[in-house]
This record gives sequence, C-alpha cells and structure tokens, in this order.
Amino acid sequence: MITIIDYGMGNLGSIKNIIKKIGYHAEITADKNIIANANKLILPGVGSFDKAMSNLQELDLIDIIKQKADTGTPLLGICLGMQLLANNSEEGILSGLGIIPGIVKKFEVEAPLKVPHMGWNEIVYNKNCVLYKGFEIFEETRFYFVHSYFYSCNHNEQVAATTTYQTPFTSSVFHKNVYGVQFHPEKSHKFGMLLLKNFIEQL
Amino acid sequence: MLRTRIIPVLLLRNKGLVKTIKFKEGKYIGDPINAVKIFNDKEVDELVLLDIDASKENRKPDFEAIKDIASEAFMPLAYGGGINELDDIKKLFSIGVEKVIINSAALQNINLITKAAEIFGDQSIVISIDVTKNFWGKYQIFSHTNKKHNNQDLLEFAKLASNSGAGEIILNNVDLDGTQLGYDLNLIEYISKSIDIPLVACGGAGNINDLKLGFDAGASALAAGSIFIYHGPHKAVLINFPSQQQLKKIFTIN
Repeated sequence: MITIIDYGMGNLGSIKNIIKKIGYHAEITADKNIIANANKLILPGVGSFDKAMSNLQELDLIDIIKQKADTGTPLLGICLGMQLLANNSEEGILSGLGIIPGIVKKFEVEAPLKVPHMGWNEIVYNKNCVLYKGFEIFEETRFYFVHSYFYSCNHNEQVAATTTYQTPFTSSVFHKNVYGVQFHPEKSHKFGMLLLKNFIEQL
Repeated sequence: MLRTRIIPVLLLRNKGLVKTIKFKEGKYIGDPINAVKIFNDKEVDELVLLDIDASKENRKPDFEAIKDIASEAFMPLAYGGGINELDDIKKLFSIGVEKVIINSAALQNINLITKAAEIFGDQSIVISIDVTKNFWGKYQIFSHTNKKHNNQDLLEFAKLASNSGAGEIILNNVDLDGTQLGYDLNLIEYISKSIDIPLVACGGAGNINDLKLGFDAGASALAAGSIFIYHGPHKAVLINFPSQQQLKKIFTIN
C-alpha cells in the first residue's frame, strides 16, 4: 500500500490524484498503525517547518516515520516533507527528523529574483538515483517549485539533483531507501508522473 | 534557470467557463474539465481558476465543482472566488488546489491573509487586486462586491498586501480585460517596483510579445485569458498555449 502521511500540512489530494492517474491507489492517513504497515510512504507538506514538526509530534508520528525509514520502507519527502528529513531549519527552532543529514537554509537572492523561488525550473539529476530512471528521454527535465528555504546537504553523495536559482542548490536528496524532492512532482506533468512511477515501481 | 510563469486564467460561472470583456458580458466558452485536460496536454505552467460570481452573490466556493476540476489538473492550480475565512482555504487545499486567491476579503480584512500565510505558508496565499482608471486617469481599486471603486489607495494597498504575508499579487487591469490591447505596462512597473513579492500581471495580453513586454516591465509572471482561449481574427474558441521551446527562447531568466 502507498500511504500518504496526513499531518495537516497542505495539499494531499493532488498527490493522490496523480498516483491514480499513473494507475495506482494511495491512501491518505494519520493513523499510526496504517503507516506502520505501509509499503511505500510519502511525506508531503506545505507550510512552515515548526508547524509541521509540532503537528507530527502531536500526532505521535515522528518515531514511526523514523522507524519505517530505518527498516527499509521507501520514503519520499516532497517539498517541506523533504526539508523535514534534515536535522534542522533556519525557518524554525524545532529539530527535524534527521534522516538525511543537512540544514535547511533561507534563500538569499538579488533582484530581480524574488523569494519564494516559484515556478518551473530545470534540474540536473544524479544518474545513480532511481527516481530519475528513464529521464534521458526528456530533452530537459523541469519541475514546479515553490519554496523559500532550501536543503543544504552535508554529504555530496546524497545529493540526487541540483537546480540553479542564482546559485545551485540541492533540489533532491537520497540515502538508502529515503528520498526527498524540493519540487512538486504532483504538479509537474509528465516529469512528475515518471518520478512517482519510479518511486512506486523501482523500489 | 527559472522559467517565467505563463498562466491561463479561466473564469467559472455556473459550472461552465466564460470570458469577459472589461469584467462584463461573459461569453460561454466551454467545459472547465475539458479545458483543464487540454491544458495538461499542452503542459501549461500553472492555471488560475476564478469563480467570478461567488463574492458578488455572497456565497461560498463551489467546492464540488472545484474538486472535479482540481482532480484533472496536473499543474499548479490557483483558485479564487468567495473565499472569506480560514476554513474555506483549508477545504480548498484538501481538495487539490495549490494556491488560493483572495480579493474582496483582503480589502476588508488584511489580517485574514496574514493568518492564512502563517498557517498554510506564504507561497499558497495570493492577493488579487483589480484596478481601473477613474475619469481623471488615476488608478483606483475596483471592488467586485459593489461594482465600484474601493477607497483605499492602490499603491498603499499593494504595499500592505506585499507585507501581509501573501506570496504574490495578481494585478488585473479591469479596463483592459478581454481587449487584447496589451498589458498596462505603466501599472506593472508602478506596482512591481514598490513591492517585494512576485507580481503577476493580468488584463490585456493579446499575443506572446505582450507577455514579454509585461515581463520586461517588472512582472514575475504573466496571466492572460483571451490569448489562450481564442484563435484567429474571428475569435474562435480554441484552447492553446505556446510551446515550451517558444517560451524558453523568450523568457528564460536566471
């Protein structure tokens, strides 16, 4: 079962919709027992870092997510869900999940660029990351982004993709069975469909 | 390299899509789900869906209709119309909308924006401001609910909106709506240089070159209705969108 973790942070309907579009069923839940039995976990999220962590805490989901990540269940963090995989964030004071070591930092860009980084941007992906299997068919790979903070990864080998917004930043991470994407695959047409298909079928 | 967003605007009325001229008339142009499916195939950057009657009729968004439309939208979808409390916003996000667009309620109570941005993140809260010129050529805020101007000063309100926590502002020139005469470039420049958040220009685009001019005037993204809906001199309804190659050539920024 593909399980989307519902902790009150943002748009879950669109992830379920695109998974349905590519031929699978996902369930949306905050139930610890269902999460414990998930074969694939998706941690979405839109909003602020501390609010997200405190919601996870209130729902008592932090331990089960870490445990699932530790025991090999494929986990995909999307947008804020990716940032939560880090140790901490400049956006807040609470600790992150600490699954893929890193710090989330605020964009500092010069005009005419603005924050949030919003819109379609290209990624340069790491061919070793299975999420990007088959992406050679695209002349360029682009995704939809909306974020004001970015993941600064401690280990280069865990960078799955980079994107340039004034300077290059980490737009996707991976470590063992855990993956993160800063962009929104659920809102990125064929690119998002292939990425999610890979997450579902290749792992 | 960030691509400049080009955003078709779809106007919802009685579950169908319409296109207005200067906010009036409202010619029926088709079924929203069908239009969204075509825009999917065209790999459109983002969509704006506005229920143009909700606030005027003092009613809530048509959540069922929006849900059906959102479930077919595999691009970011922003919805506006009839939103006046946090619960509306929460509900819209739960059914697959990425951004909410608030117009009338922001004029009445800017705190709603600040609160919503705190809870849902600034990137998901959009303020739209409709502008007309008065008899003396001075810009004024147009209010939907009473079909006349609002007394707040445009520039002051834009600054207030920019500092309210909203992630972007859609600035729409009512006088140019549906005319395809080109954007009001002075208006775009006037407002964009005074605010810190992205400005989405709307109202008047007649061709792809107008989009580029809007961008050069300071807009971060370009929204339009007619050019993505009509085709040819007789304005036949034909959903269309420039190719990615075309857009890339004209708009890539870094």
